[in-house]
Amino acid sequence: MLINFKNSRLQQFILLFFVFLLLYFLVPEDENSFLWRLPPLLKDIPLLINNLLDNLMFKWLTVPVWDPDWQMYEDKPIFRLITRSIADFLLFLIIFIREIFLGGLQTIGSITGDSLKGFKWVYLPAIPWTAVVVGLFILGYRLQGLGLALIASIGFFYVSIFGQWEPTMETLSLVLVTAPICFVLGLSFGILGYLNKKVETTLQPILNIAQTMPHFSYLVPILVLFGIGDHAGAVATIIFATPPMIRLTILGLKKISPEVVESGLMSGCNRFQLLFRVLIPTARRDILIGVNQVIMQCLAMTTIAAFIGAKGLGFNLKVALNGLKIGKAAEIGICVVVIAVVLDKLSLAWANKQKDYFANLNFYKKNIAFIYFIILSIILGVIAYISAFYFEKGFNYLYLIPFGEGLTIAPILDAGVDWIWETFFYYLNIFNKFLITYVLFVMRDAYLGMPVVSTFVLVMGAGFIIGGVRSCIIVGALILFIALSEYWNRALITAYMATFAVGVSAILGITVGSICARNDISTKFILGICDFFQTFPSFIYLIPVILLFGITDTSVMIAAIAYASVPATRYTVEGLRSVPSSLHDAASMSGVSNFQRWKSIELPLAFPHIMLGINQTLIFALMMIVLGALIGTEDLGQIIMGCLSRPNGAGIGLTLGIFVSFICLAADNLIRTWADERKKLLGID
Amino acid sequence: MSQSLDSSKDTPVIKCESVFKIFGNNALKLLKSSNGQVDAKTFQEAGCIVGVNNASFGVQKGEMMVVMGLSGSGKSTLLRCISKLTDATSGKIFIDGEDLLSMSNKQLIELRRNKMGMVFQSFALLPHKTVIENIAFPLQIKGTSTLDSMEKALEMVELVGLKGRENYFPRELSGGQQQRVGIARSLAVEPDIWFLDEPFSALDPLIRKEMQDEFLRLQGVLNKTIMFVTHDFDEALRLADRIAIMKDGIIEQLDTPDNIVLNPATEYVKKFTEDVPREKILKIESIMDAYDSNNSSSTQVSKDAIIETLAESILNSKEILTVVDKNNEIVGSLNPAKVIKVIFGK
Repeated sequence: MLINFKNSRLQQFILLFFVFLLLYFLVPEDENSFLWRLPPLLKDIPLLINNLLDNLMFKWLTVPVWDPDWQMYEDKPIFRLITRSIADFLLFLIIFIREIFLGGLQTIGSITGDSLKGFKWVYLPAIPWTAVVVGLFILGYRLQGLGLALIASIGFFYVSIFGQWEPTMETLSLVLVTAPICFVLGLSFGILGYLNKKVETTLQPILNIAQTMPHFSYLVPILVLFGIGDHAGAVATIIFATPPMIRLTILGLKKISPEVVESGLMSGCNRFQLLFRVLIPTARRDILIGVNQVIMQCLAMTTIAAFIGAKGLGFNLKVALNGLKIGKAAEIGICVVVIAVVLDKLSLAWANKQKDYFANLNFYKKNIAFIYFIILSIILGVIAYISAFYFEKGFNYLYLIPFGEGLTIAPILDAGVDWIWETFFYYLNIFNKFLITYVLFVMRDAYLGMPVVSTFVLVMGAGFIIGGVRSCIIVGALILFIALSEYWNRALITAYMATFAVGVSAILGITVGSICARNDISTKFILGICDFFQTFPSFIYLIPVILLFGITDTSVMIAAIAYASVPATRYTVEGLRSVPSSLHDAASMSGVSNFQRWKSIELPLAFPHIMLGINQTLIFALMMIVLGALIGTEDLGQIIMGCLSRPNGAGIGLTLGIFVSFICLAADNLIRTWADERKKLLGID
Repeated sequence: MSQSLDSSKDTPVIKCESVFKIFGNNALKLLKSSNGQVDAKTFQEAGCIVGVNNASFGVQKGEMMVVMGLSGSGKSTLLRCISKLTDATSGKIFIDGEDLLSMSNKQLIELRRNKMGMVFQSFALLPHKTVIENIAFPLQIKGTSTLDSMEKALEMVELVGLKGRENYFPRELSGGQQQRVGIARSLAVEPDIWFLDEPFSALDPLIRKEMQDEFLRLQGVLNKTIMFVTHDFDEALRLADRIAIMKDGIIEQLDTPDNIVLNPATEYVKKFTEDVPREKILKIESIMDAYDSNNSSSTQVSKDAIIETLAESILNSKEILTVVDKNNEIVGSLNPAKVIKVIFGK
């Protein structure tokens, strides 16, 4: 037995767990003992961050600026000037686009100044919503065909007649400003990272943290730096949506075969030609996925940006959720999904469009779609103008359906919710109580009763067994950072919720994935479902669970499980389906049963990939758990959420965000190290 | 090979003088201390891998030089040194008498835009471009107008026999068709020098044969200066004017196909030639004797004919034949016994 110990991870883990249990029960609960809890040596970090921000914003490097109101020079810190001008620039863009869709007077006003104030015509009229729908139809038809034209136009038609036009356009303007910025930033940094190894190694940890940090944690620092409003929302969105673009750009560029690069060189490309005509187009597929991700992330983030004053669907959704108006919230949620789908499809079609070199078109033929659009817009504009006299009450339904004045299915949804409540309340309540009393609280107490020394033994031991000294130290350092803060208990609660959610999601995902990977049709079906569910911003998941379980930990758990099961399922299906057919044939010829095939052929080969899915599952689950603080939990998320309304929240918010990120990174290190080694061992790429 | 190639008066189009390519961190230092005596094993111990070891040769205008070797022999590395896709560690390379290694980046780009074309093993087509766009790509990089480059590309499409598939994407084509696009692309700028890096290795045997025929037809029309890399000895014999056989970065033998088959220089080369059906490779020229007017019959055979094609009639005639060249001038005589020896004996 013991001779094998060096090679048997199972035995090593059993020993580790044994030591862990021993420590767990032997170390007494004593607030003064370092074995039980470490002293909060790092509790000043939030304060330091606050001071730093304060210094940057109000004291550091002041320059005199002419103040026209006071007719004198005033000293202003340069950093503040920079952030404020970025904010103003973003705000101008957002408002400009917004006023194209909704009309307004700020854009023209900002150009002409005060001289034209008071004139009634200093007003940028909106494009009538009918014209936007027709425009989308033409665009969709031009880009792909009738199918896309119908999807795009019907989607926006729906949004309009349901009275969500204004918030949708507000959200859309935010996306239309932030998505291109994210794209350009992401592509540039991605290219830099590809060309320069040093840049890549610097970017990597920053990307890791940015992608695993809960969104809420950097809302407050942004608030401090950029002020409240749409521009702050835009900044938060850009920070959140750029990292995946950078990642995918680097990934795509690295995948290019060296021969393609050589063929470009042999065609006599200089550096720019090589970059823009060979490398980027060849990596297009990955870059496109990046664009797609950017759009989805921007949409997801605009809902969260509502917390720092961004207008749009997110803001209304927040209001509806706060008032527990489930029907209304669901309606808004559908609008978010609709514009997500439309933008997704349009951007893909645009990117796939082919050029015809032999058509030899004249100006009229080249721009026929645009000319149609202009003509139809004018016609629809005239109709809208005339109809203003027809509709009474001041609403011009052919020009702009005001918020809340369209059709609504909210009462029906609410009635449905009420019915569910009345019918199933008893059973749901029993389930809810059972789960909370006998599972969740038990688990929570177990986690809170864990001495710090045993936690470290478990985590670092796992690191040592899987990845040697290096992993052991990395994981230990990440956890130590949290343990030395004031928030260790909160972190333990977060960890317990994450463990539970990930455990259930993994079982659910692997089971569903394994069943669906049986044949082609169900595989396609389940991957489609996964795609569909991933287009929802995480926020949306909270709507149905509050409806069913009210404001409890159960709701958060179920939302987290629903959200986090998606990657577990997807990776399971992908992993199982990627088992080479020759192995299947070999297995069939050995006469395996279906279960044997799954157990001894598919699962071992797919397991590394599935573990990477579990990694994603953890990140998703943590995101949702922190988000769950919206409906009330006691973990780190609750404090992060609380920071939004505190004057000095920036430091704490950021620090706790980093804690959550560190939990992710520690798990990520363990899982990735293991999966990489395992994949190498199995000889799969 | 034709005789004009032998005249050493012309400067060769490609000329290499003791070219070394050694991969590794302190390659240059090691190379200097070794005084040109590079031993792969000692270098490997020092953490360096020898790619090309002291290669010196020239390729004449219109000549097809085939570099043959197994994987890891350094043949592709040699080609990449000459196309300057990698920098040679030391040595001199001249293209049309110009020193390649001292060229500025700008000069190099000009050279590639106008004088060089290259075909790759895995085709290396741009996946986002159609057939015609791929072929027009080097022209557009050069700055040719869209219309002109498309016209030229269309011409190339016809040359390689892909008419009707201009608007297909590479993924919609078979391997053979993709390589035709690769060939067309490399020829679009009408280069003088044509590099081919295992162009047919990724293809099925039947398609490979077809592409080789196609390639010989093209070369007959275009008469480029060619460096052709392959790991297939039969392919080398079929195509080459001269073959360079490489092993561990060293050129073991550089000679005409006939000479390599008849007089392998090293044991390594001999291993390749052993199984080669000689009658399919050798020309009458390589087994003829000096002309003896007394003995020879009036039946004439061409000196450039492959033995196999004439074997039956030669053996049936049972007398010594007269060998003539292209201009019907008598150059030698042929004893049928020698043909029997080529086919059956060693």
